[in-house]
Formats: sequence, C-alpha cells, structure tokens
Amino acid sequence: MEPASLMSPNLRIACRFLTAKKRAMLMSLSCTVLGVGLFIVTQATTGGFESFFIKTILAADGAMRVEDKIQDTLRSMSASEGSDFMVAHREGVKYIDGVEEPDLVVNALKQFENVSGTSAVLRGNIVVRSSFKSETAQVFGINLEEHKKVSDIEHQILLGKLATFGESPSGALVGKVLADRLDLTVGSPFILDAVGQLRRFRVSAIYETGIRDIDKTRVYVHMNQARSLLKKPTGVTFIQINLFDKDRAPQDAARMQEVLRHSARPWQEREKAWLEAFRALSVSSAITVSVFTLIAGLAMFNTLAMIVLEKTKDIAILRSMGYERRDITQIFLWQAGIVLVIGALVGALIGAIGTFAVSRIPLPINGIFKTETFQVSWSALHYFEAVLTAGIMVMAASIIPARRAARLEPGDIVRGTAQ
Amino acid sequence: MNSVDPNLSLSCSNLHRHLGVGEGRVHVLKGVSFEAHRGQVYAIVGPSGCGKSTLLYLLGLLDQPDQGDIWINGQRMSNSLDQARTAARCANIGFVFQFHFLMLEFTALENVMMPMRKLAKLTPPEMAERAHSLLNAVGLGEKTQRLATQLSGGEQQRVAVARALANQPSIILADEPTGNLDVKNSAIVFDLLTRLAKDNGQAVVLVTHNPEIANRCDFVRPMRDGEFIA
Repeated sequence: MEPASLMSPNLRIACRFLTAKKRAMLMSLSCTVLGVGLFIVTQATTGGFESFFIKTILAADGAMRVEDKIQDTLRSMSASEGSDFMVAHREGVKYIDGVEEPDLVVNALKQFENVSGTSAVLRGNIVVRSSFKSETAQVFGINLEEHKKVSDIEHQILLGKLATFGESPSGALVGKVLADRLDLTVGSPFILDAVGQLRRFRVSAIYETGIRDIDKTRVYVHMNQARSLLKKPTGVTFIQINLFDKDRAPQDAARMQEVLRHSARPWQEREKAWLEAFRALSVSSAITVSVFTLIAGLAMFNTLAMIVLEKTKDIAILRSMGYERRDITQIFLWQAGIVLVIGALVGALIGAIGTFAVSRIPLPINGIFKTETFQVSWSALHYFEAVLTAGIMVMAASIIPARRAARLEPGDIVRGTAQ
Repeated sequence: MNSVDPNLSLSCSNLHRHLGVGEGRVHVLKGVSFEAHRGQVYAIVGPSGCGKSTLLYLLGLLDQPDQGDIWINGQRMSNSLDQARTAARCANIGFVFQFHFLMLEFTALENVMMPMRKLAKLTPPEMAERAHSLLNAVGLGEKTQRLATQLSGGEQQRVAVARALANQPSIILADEPTGNLDVKNSAIVFDLLTRLAKDNGQAVVLVTHNPEIANRCDFVRPMRDGEFIA
C-alpha cells in the first residue's frame, strides 16, 4: 500500500490546500520556526546562566547551612482561675548564635538520607595584613577533608596546591581578589588580626569561586587555628551541608529545623533574590520572543481565512459529497497542525543549533560567577515550552477560520449567496 | 408512505422555499411536489429564476425547505439533522454542477476517489480500481493522473460525472450539466450520464435550459414561478 493511501481523506485534502498557498504558508511557517527557535535559545541562555550561578553557589557555600540554635520562649498560664493545671504556649522564637555542640548536630544530620556531607565552620571578622596593605575580611576555620565534601574547593584552586594547605598548620587559602589587593602570592606570609590577637599565616593556595564577594573576603584556615585566633574553643558558626538531591533542600531544611532545633537555610532561600531575578529575566525573554509565535498565529489566521474565501466552492463540493462540518473543520485544523509540526521540528533544530552556536560565543563574566563563554542549559522543558507556546498561538488562530469554513452552507455557495 | 415503492428513489411534496430577507424576500418554491424513479431520467426546465435549481438543491439536501417533505429511498429527510442529511448525500446522491466544481489540486483519479474515501466502504486499491473503471467509462482512462487544471471543460465535466457515480448513489442530480459546454461535449456528457445511470438503475434529475437535452429525457417537468405547470 502506498504511504499516501494511509492518509486520512481530510489530511490529504489539507496537504493539497497547503501546497496551493505556498507563499502564505511559508510566511506562517517561518514565523513559527523563528518563534520556536528563538524561544529555545533565549530560555537556554537564561537557564544556562541560572544553572551556572546555582552550580557556583553550591560549589562555594553548599546546599544548606545549619546555624543558630532556636530557643523557644514559653509562657505558662493557668487553665482557669484557681486551677492547678497550667498550659504552656509559644510566644516567639529566639536564636542563639552558632551551633554550640557541632558533633551532636553533625551526628544527627548524618541520619538524613539526603545528606552527602557536612562541614563545621567557624567564622569571624578579621583584618588581613600583608607587607603591602591591610584589608578587612572573614576567616573561615574548616576541616579540609570535611569541607571538600560540601564544596568544590578542590577545583577552585588557581595557584598552589590544596595538599600544601592540608600539610601546613599555619597555611591558608586566600581568595584571588583579596590576594591581588594585598599583593599576596603562594608562599607569601601575612597576618590575621582578630580581636586584638595577631597570628602569622602563609598562603598555601589562592582560590577563585567566581563570586567576587567571596573571593574578596574569605580566608580559609584550619579549624584549630581559627579557634585560637577567634578565641572560641568550642562551638562553630554554622554547619555547611551538601545534599544528594539539591532540589529537596527546602523540605530537608524544614525537617532539620524541626528535629535539630537549629535554623536551617536551604540554598533556594539563601539566594532567593538572585534566583528571582533570573526567573524574571527568563519570563520576560519568553514573553518577548513569544511575539514571533503571536505573529505566526496571526499569519496562520490570515492564510486560513484566505483559503476559506478561495476554497468556498471546494467546501461546497466536499459537503455535497458527504463530508461533514467536522471534516471541514478538521481539514483547516490539519493545515495549521502541519505548519505547526514542521515549524516545531525545524524550530527545535534551529534552536538546538542556535544554542550550540551561542555557547561558543566568548563572554568573560566575573562577579556573581566566573565564565569565559555564554552559558547555556540543555533542557527538554525549553523545547516543550516553545512548542506548546507555538501550538497554542497557531491552533487558537486557526479555530476561527476553520469554524467559519464548517459553517458555510453548501446550497448558499452553489447558489452564489454564501456570506 | 413512499417507502412501499422500491423503485421510487426520491420524492417531495408541497415544498415551499423563500429566499432573501426583508423586502427582498421571494417565495421561490410554492408547494412543489415531485417523484423520481430508478432508471428514469427527469428534466426540469423553465426560465431563469423559476426555482429549478432551488428545487434541485432541496432534493439534494444541500438546502432545507421552509415547508414540505423530502423522501430519499423511503426515508424522510426534510427535517433531519445536518449530520443525517450529509450521510444521506454521501451514500445516496451524486451531484453534477454546471461549472464542474472539480478540486483543482487533485488529479482526475483523486477527484473521483474523493467521495469513496469519505464513504470508506472500499479498500484504497478497490477505490482506485473503481475510479479507473469510471474514468474509462467516461473516456478518460488515459488521463487519470492529470490534474483538473490540465483537462478541458468537457473533460472536467466528464470527470464530474464519474465522480457523481463513484459511490453508486441511487439518485444523480445535475444542475445544468451541459450548460457550459459546446454542442458536441454536451451530447457526450448527457449520453454518458444517462447511459451509466440507466445501467446502474439510478434516477437522474437534471435541470437544463437546453431543449434538445430535455427532449431526450424520459420525463420533462416545466416550471414557472415556483410551480410545475404541467
């Protein structure tokens, strides 16, 4: 059997009507292709930068932090006058800075199946003094092996070696921006000044996260050195946590807060402002690009309306042969459907090629993350959204002419009185 | 009622039809009654505007009467739903229009197969075979793959005749089928239509201005001012 004979009669007629209006259909098709393609490229780029940002912040600060201890304030009141029965009710929540018993909290955290690593961190404000100048900064006391499990510090080293830091008790990891400002390089000595306590350290390695605020202010030292410097023999400022499933961080944070009685901040809450900015950018670019699919819809409407006018006699003859109103509707919707399918396929291909091409464009960015090229994300969702948008626009624009065609009375057409 | 006569393909009684609106409203058909039997050819003749074509479209269920009944093979169709009338057209009625009304993007073969595809009683190869046979019968066996635009007026009308016969309808309705053709082609088309219809036991009702054509029909029904006059 020939492939063409497998087509439904309505689809066959739709195909012929389409090819009879090549130029008008090409206009609708090109708008659909452009709309789908650009939608995919813009979503891939905004999504790419967002994903890269998330990857960067997770690599630096982990998926979650458990920090200040929660202290409920309870007030008791008697159930009724003269009664001995007392009811306690919660008035508010007070926080006690830091985690007083990190070992207990870490042990409890390890019971959460989504937790892949924990790192206790002691943080304090300091002044970094080099032979060149001084800068205010923050010292982060860490256990290197633990911290490697909750950050990407291994891959953020620009100069020097992380192993050198591990082997050197007075070693320190200094951010690139801070190192540049203080004219420090690997092996350079410097002094950390905290609460009147001065200690000499040596640069073991210089790291770069790409987040300027971190690279400008953070100095990592060993935990015992930080305790001594900050005069905090017990407790830590926070526990940085890494998760297997990062997207589950808000749910895990809520459970941890309930169980551990310490505040737990997932990365989604911590970076809310930036994430919302990315989302707004994504939506706004989607709306802008949807104009093309809107034009595709209008072109489709125009083309089908023209075909209805030109094919009234064909509609009459089809109706006289026994084709139902719904067949006529289908014939016109098929035409829109064919344009949509071809437009979506070609548009998706162009979108994929465009996304690849854009990912090769050099674009040095340093600030909220560090990259040398356009960042793109490859997500099936972008393709689905692009096709869905085009589908809604094109099909919605086709319904009116299709219904108009179906409403035509064959007797009126043959008599020449069709409206 | 009429269903008792198996030879009666089509009948109507007391058909009234108004066209236009407001002051332009015209009473086109004034209580027309008519019957068509299998194997017979009927000519409806009369001056322009007397209501011939309007009657034909009503009989073909392309239009609905304001009053009166239409029976197709014993089934009352005048007040039926659009879907039932469409199905009846598909199975029981073949049309031939004055301006052939072929679908220009399709070949002669595809045009003839069009009603068969909708009826879907035959397999695609059977449809193609029947279409070939019909086109052979109208003398266009060599031009089956030609687009309608590549055929002459007479050839197009012969394709239209073949198409009207495609689903083996019991009724053929022809509106001035030779009105747009020269004498030679008129004769060819009329002969084809009547011969094939008679061979298959189909009732043919045609509207014509051509007295020669009318005189060759089995019955001639003259109309004037929306009524049969004899």
